Parts: sequence; structure tokens; C-alpha cells
Amino acid sequence: MIRVVLPYHLRTLARVEGEVEFDLAGAVTVVAVIEALEDRFPMLRGTIRDPVHFRRRPFIRFFACKEDLSLDPPETVLPEAVRSGQEPFLVVGAMAGG
Amino acid sequence: MSTVRVLVGTKKGAFILTSDGKRQNWQVRGPLFAGWEIYHLKGSPVDPNRIYASQTSGWFGQMVQRSNDGGLNWETVGNTFQYEGDPGTHKWYDGSQHPWEFKRIWHFEPSYTDPDTVYAGAEDAALFKSTDGGTSWQELPGLRAIKGHLWQPGAGGMGLHTILLDPRNPNRIYIAISAAGAFRTDDGGQTWRPINRGLKSLYELPDPDAEVGHCVHHIAMNPSRPDVLFMQKHWDVLRSDNAGELWTEVSGNLPTDFGFPIEVHAHEPETIYVVPMKSDSEHYPPDGKLRVYRSRTGGNEWEPLSEGLPQKDCYVNVLRDAMAVDSLEPCGVYFGTTGGQVYVSADSGNTWNAIVRDLPGVLSVEVQVLP
Repeated sequence: MIRVVLPYHLRTLARVEGEVEFDLAGAVTVVAVIEALEDRFPMLRGTIRDPVHFRRRPFIRFFACKEDLSLDPPETVLPEAVRSGQEPFLVVGAMAGG
Repeated sequence: MSTVRVLVGTKKGAFILTSDGKRQNWQVRGPLFAGWEIYHLKGSPVDPNRIYASQTSGWFGQMVQRSNDGGLNWETVGNTFQYEGDPGTHKWYDGSQHPWEFKRIWHFEPSYTDPDTVYAGAEDAALFKSTDGGTSWQELPGLRAIKGHLWQPGAGGMGLHTILLDPRNPNRIYIAISAAGAFRTDDGGQTWRPINRGLKSLYELPDPDAEVGHCVHHIAMNPSRPDVLFMQKHWDVLRSDNAGELWTEVSGNLPTDFGFPIEVHAHEPETIYVVPMKSDSEHYPPDGKLRVYRSRTGGNEWEPLSEGLPQKDCYVNVLRDAMAVDSLEPCGVYFGTTGGQVYVSADSGNTWNAIVRDLPGVLSVEVQVLP
């Protein structure tokens, strides 16, 4: 089971509270997790990655196991702790500063 | 008695203000989409309970929300705005060419005849159309063919902010773009041409009479006279009596002719409203006094309207899409400020009251009259 933590505004948009959990067949990669999220919550399409080129939005970050995976290739397999559901995959709105 | 519904977009959500036709006692609902920038909301003239909202964020991009019950419930619809073909480039601040990039929707304009048909004005400037209630969007790319490579964003971004549909001729559409100008199509959006003759931008452009590049802030029309247009340019208030073929300055005795919104009275097509700001360097009212100016002569002769508006220490701005008129008698006039106030005049501007005073900065105001 995969656990995903969404930022506040995306939880509101998707109308979920707390973590999102789902099973994922095949390789558990960054892109597979995002696609699974978008399949389950179509209103999230375009919010994490742009809907035309599927590039991560500039102010979105992906964290897991205290590592920043944002710049890793989308096909990167996520750590075992995420694959097993021990640790969540975090979608984070980058700090705005100020 | 009629119900009046005011749709307010702000920097941190949407608000819906309702009253009966007296427009004295108001109920405030919101924030909807709390924390998101809501650039604009607008209802369908055919089905007023069909409302489109532009929900946008620097983090999460563009969402389009649609309501079928007057704003009680909302659903997300299509948010893919893809430029047709190779999007090409436009002029950048340093004079180089820069790729066209979609950023957000500034304005929705629903059709006069079909609630599922709606136009969307985008930044970077382009016009999109949906015929399925916002589920999918197609660009009308002929617009950007009109010297789009010479368009250059201003400080507020290169947004297509004004869309006026001709109620008599569905093939005629007027649009305006910051720092590009005004354009018109007579074939439903296939081909366009600039309608900027008569505009003079002495301090903004190297050629003050350029065909494109003028910073048009807003255009308004009374639907009973779709060939007569009124424009608030960066500097200058102008009118055209021939569908934009030629513009004539009508700033007259305004204390300053810099400003953003302009509106036309619902029943008196020669009565127009502007909110002058001191200058393009100081986006606040002259002398700290918030005053709407009204002309009953189609321009040139203006009178200040201040009763009920703050007349000291007021330094708010009124943005281009943050003014609207209703269709009641007498005509109601509404505007919202960057300080979060929304004002109403139920007597064509003679007196004003604040409906709310402490909303987030107001980006847009639209009004609906429901039977």
C-alpha cells in the first residue's frame, strides 16, 4: 500500500482528509504514484504537473524518507519504505518565502 | 421582488453577496475555494445558475470550477489550455523573443445563447472557447497571428482580460489585452484585426500611434448599442462609435485619466463610470479620496460621486474587472477594492454603501439579477 500526503490546498480540492492510500501494481515510481493519484482524483490533473507537458510544477516538491526526490527522474523507483507503506510519499508546496 | 447576486473574486477565495432588489441588506457567503486566487466568476445570461470560476495558484496552476446551482455546489471541469500548433514567441521585457506560456485565466465570458458555450481570456494572451460547459477548451489562434510576436507583457502580465460579445451578431467579438491593445473578429474568432486607431500612448510606446502595443485596461459596452465602446486605457478614457474603427478621447475634466475599470449604465447608454487613480506610479485615488466619476454625456463632462465613499486616508485601487452594473431600476453600480471593500450604489452612483469592508483584495466583481 502506498501512502501519499498532499498539501492542504490539494486535499481541499480532492475533498480528502489526511493521507491518501492506495495499492499500486508494477514499479512504484514517482510518475506511477502521480498518475495513480490523478486517476483516483481527476481534479488533481494539472495541479502537480502541468497538463500539457506533464512536467512537475516549479513550486511542487516530492519528499520521501527525509530526501528531496523532486529533481530525480520521474521513473525513479521509490524507496522500499515508501513501497511498503512504512513511510509516506509527500507532495509539498514549496516555501514561498516572505 | 428580484434577487441580486454579486460574484466577488478575491486574492484568497470567492464570495457571493445576495440581497433583494432594494440592495440594502446583504448576506455574505464565503470564502469559497479558500486560500486560492479567484480571478473571475461569471454566470451565464441564459442560465444564471450556471457560473464559471477561474481558480488559480502560483503553486498548483489553473483550475476551472463550474456551478449549476447558483454557486451552492461546484465541480472542477477542464483545465487544459493548450495553444494551437507551435505556440511561437512574443516580445519579452529585454526585447528578446520569449515562448508563449499559459499562466492563468483572467476572465470568463459565457455566451448569450448557450450556457455550455463560454470564452476564456488567458495569460499569456490568448482566447479559448468551450462548447461543452468548460470540459474542453480550444484556442482561437487567429488572434495571436495579429503581430503577436510584438506583444510584450506589462507589469501585470500579458493577460487577455476583456471579452465583449455582440448580442446582435454572434460572429463579432471584441477583446483587449494588457500592453497589446484591442482586437475584433467579425467571423466568430477565425480572423482578427487590431482596433487601436485613435489611441495615443505618448509615454508608453516609442510610436504613440502604434497599431498594437497599447495598454488597454478595460472596455465596456451597453448591449443595446454594441457598436459604441468605452475604453479605460492606461492613461486616457476614450469612446468609439463605430465598433472600434476609431477612438476619441473623452477624458474631459477628469482629475486624472489613469485608472482600470470602466462601466456603462444599464439603461442610459451615454452614462459611464470610471474610478480615477492618481497615476501609473501611484495606484491610489487622488488626495486619498475614493471617488467614482460619472459622465451622463458619454464622456468629456464628468462629475465626482463621493457620498458614502471614504474621503480621507483612502489609498486602495480598483482593478479592471472589479466593477459591474445591474439591470434593475434604478441601475445599481458595484465595485470592489484592493483593500477588500465591496461598495454598492442602488441609485446609479448618487450614494454608496459598503456591502463588506474586510475581504481579501478584490480581483473581480460581477452582478446577476434573478427573477
